[in-house]
Amino acid sequence: MSSITADESALPHGGEITPEGRIPREHYLNAGYTWQSWLFTLDHKRIAILYMVSVLAMFALGGFGAMMVRLNLLTPEGAIIRPQTYNRMFSMHGVVMVFFFLVPSIPAILGNFLVPMMLGARDLAFPKLNLLSWYLYIIGAIIAICAMAFGGVDTGWTFYAPLSTQYAYDNVALTIVGLFLAGFSSILTGLNFIVTTHRMRAPGLTWFRLPLFIWSHYATSLIQVLATPVLAITLLALAVERIFHVGIFDPKLGGDPVLMQHMFWFYSHPAVYIMVLPGMAVVSEIVACFARKPVFGYKFVAFASLAIAVLGFLVWGHHMFTTSQSPFASMVFSFISFLVAIPSAIKVFNWTATLYKGSIRLTTPMLYVLGFIGLFTIGGLTGLHLAALALDIHVHDTYFIVAHFHYIMVGGTTMAFLGGIHFWWPKMTGRLYPENWGKTAAIILFVGFNLTFFPQFILGYMGMPRRYATYAFAPEFQVLHVLSTAGASIMALGFFLPLVYLLWSLKNGEIAGPNPWKATGLEWQTPSPPTTFNFEKTPIVTCGPYAYSPEADEIEHAEEDLRQAQIDLALTKAKIEADRAKGGEADRGV
Amino acid sequence: MVSETHAPVDGHHGLVQHQFDDMEQQRECFSLGMWLFLATEVMMFGGLFFAYSLYRWQFEPAFQVGSSHLDWKLGTFNTFVLLFSSLTMAMAVHNAGIGNRQKLVNCLLLTWVLGAAFLGIKAMEWKADFNVGLIPGVNWTYYDHHAEELKALAEKNIMPHHVMMYFVIYFCMTGLHAIHMIIGLGIVGYFTWLAYRGKFTDGNDQPVEILGLYWHLVDIVWVFLFPLLYLIAGFHPFQSGGH
Repeated sequence: MSSITADESALPHGGEITPEGRIPREHYLNAGYTWQSWLFTLDHKRIAILYMVSVLAMFALGGFGAMMVRLNLLTPEGAIIRPQTYNRMFSMHGVVMVFFFLVPSIPAILGNFLVPMMLGARDLAFPKLNLLSWYLYIIGAIIAICAMAFGGVDTGWTFYAPLSTQYAYDNVALTIVGLFLAGFSSILTGLNFIVTTHRMRAPGLTWFRLPLFIWSHYATSLIQVLATPVLAITLLALAVERIFHVGIFDPKLGGDPVLMQHMFWFYSHPAVYIMVLPGMAVVSEIVACFARKPVFGYKFVAFASLAIAVLGFLVWGHHMFTTSQSPFASMVFSFISFLVAIPSAIKVFNWTATLYKGSIRLTTPMLYVLGFIGLFTIGGLTGLHLAALALDIHVHDTYFIVAHFHYIMVGGTTMAFLGGIHFWWPKMTGRLYPENWGKTAAIILFVGFNLTFFPQFILGYMGMPRRYATYAFAPEFQVLHVLSTAGASIMALGFFLPLVYLLWSLKNGEIAGPNPWKATGLEWQTPSPPTTFNFEKTPIVTCGPYAYSPEADEIEHAEEDLRQAQIDLALTKAKIEADRAKGGEADRGV
Repeated sequence: MVSETHAPVDGHHGLVQHQFDDMEQQRECFSLGMWLFLATEVMMFGGLFFAYSLYRWQFEPAFQVGSSHLDWKLGTFNTFVLLFSSLTMAMAVHNAGIGNRQKLVNCLLLTWVLGAAFLGIKAMEWKADFNVGLIPGVNWTYYDHHAEELKALAEKNIMPHHVMMYFVIYFCMTGLHAIHMIIGLGIVGYFTWLAYRGKFTDGNDQPVEILGLYWHLVDIVWVFLFPLLYLIAGFHPFQSGGH
């Protein structure tokens, strides 16, 4: 249905200079064109754009690593690279994707752009810290890239000791420095969001009038602030051990490598929720908008975010069922891991219930989000398989794990990220992306994703270990590996298409107007793109966030169909009239 | 759902940053931001305290031996130096609040001197450790210097490299604490200069209060480090009274 833009479709197109309703004369993008106006900007929206460019560059690098891995596994002996190079490639893929793409993707791009706007604020509480966080990210990324380009890292993204501290002879310490800086960048983002949410809400914007996007980001920020410092100290300890050759985690010197795993996962499990909670934030907004209904069970979804954040701190031991961890501890961790499924399931059920009797529009963001809900469900349910002690022993360190977390991280977070980028693209740029291309890309990605990762569940269950450069021991796995690699190349197309048409739309996209989706959020009540301080006047909020009505939407649709039918009728009548007149002339003429 | 109002921008007051509506909101944000930062610090040190707890529980006798090599008298003195610097910092916050510039400068200066004294004493301790080969990874000649003690350890079935573990943890913890002290000293020094120029006595005293929060946290961390590292040697059999 083209009715989405009906609001402004009456206005003349291409109206760059019309002040009201189209593109404002002055907005955050044309506020300055010098490089200083970007690199020293304190505007949260510009920092979001800086983040977008750099995070996507890192995504491409991580994607390159994944490509090498998948290509190499085309044959049982390893098709293109030596095992050592293979190790470096999957390590690069993991390190870059986790620390430089997934963690900052939604919070630092969409969150940075939207949190102040959704709160009705002019900016985040600490604009300078926000800019500093981007610089920390960039410096960390450059250091990590250098480390991986000149020598590489082959420990995987988990840096388990004593491999990382004693045996790996690559640039582990340098990579650690990069991650340390990226960690502080993440902490600063979280700190900024928490303070802003607490203290800078617009008048009338009570906690239960906040969009669920904010609730989810608040929960994310709590984890960023409380868990990331533990990663920092773990990495520092690793660096000390590696540089000074002393034992903190090295068993030869009395250290305990399992301690390192405890400390690492104390961050890195909650970090999984740093990655997926913002995806859930995006889903809540988009589902409500394109089902034209308030999110079902708002408070449950809001508190589910917090519950995930809190419980997420108590499940790290489920990564260590096969270590020397006591069986009692494992049982407790297993139990709490099952508990985390409850708030996650609440969200999935509530989104689904939101669709019920909604006036659903299958736009591009909605397709991504429906993909998220389905794939996250598969990823989440297989997570329960892994939380079960006995089954985990069987599939530990196999492709089953790989498939499980890619369903969450790619099928979940990355789909939500792309959905969010499409949804807020008109707000960020003032232009609409081409809808048909968008839908095509979303479907391609969904198909490619499942073809890539579903075979990996089977591979893992059959016993294919993760992180192996070859599988000559079981050549019968080849067909599934080839399927997976084929799927990966389809996925690559699915990622590449949006890059092309989104860039194309910057110049050639249809002008969006302030609210192309007729969404209710505060961010849609300003021009697109917004002005530097977001709102001309501070908004006053008088009701909850999702004042959608599917009935009103149906009536609107029907009215539009009616209008269209009337136009068609008039055209047809006119045509018949003209034909008749012509026919009459012909009759008389002869 | 939305109506609009003019933002109550506190235009006449140049101290309010553009993103805030008024001074009160700004103060609340700054204060909350610092408390959150302190939470991150607690979690960061928490990782080391966790490692300490595990290894002390596993290697209690070796940790007692390690601790016996520290100079608890110097440590106690240093603890008082740092506690006293927290007192002067608290007085600085008070004087910033009442707008007494001269006293504020004096208090900050005193805080800086006490903080520097703490670091100086700490450096002396480390130098002494270095001289007797007690710094793992840098100069670890414990086995050469302490032949008799090693013999006693062997009788008691205490592994010498567990003593080394004590020193690794000791240097990690006091080292991280010292890094925080150095950063603190830098800021206190800078603030002393700003205070001398009257920056905090023109109605914007909050930065001093926020610096105070940081200083007290670093102090509190030491209050935990001191007994855990210096005072656990009490009952072990080879009391040698320092180096």
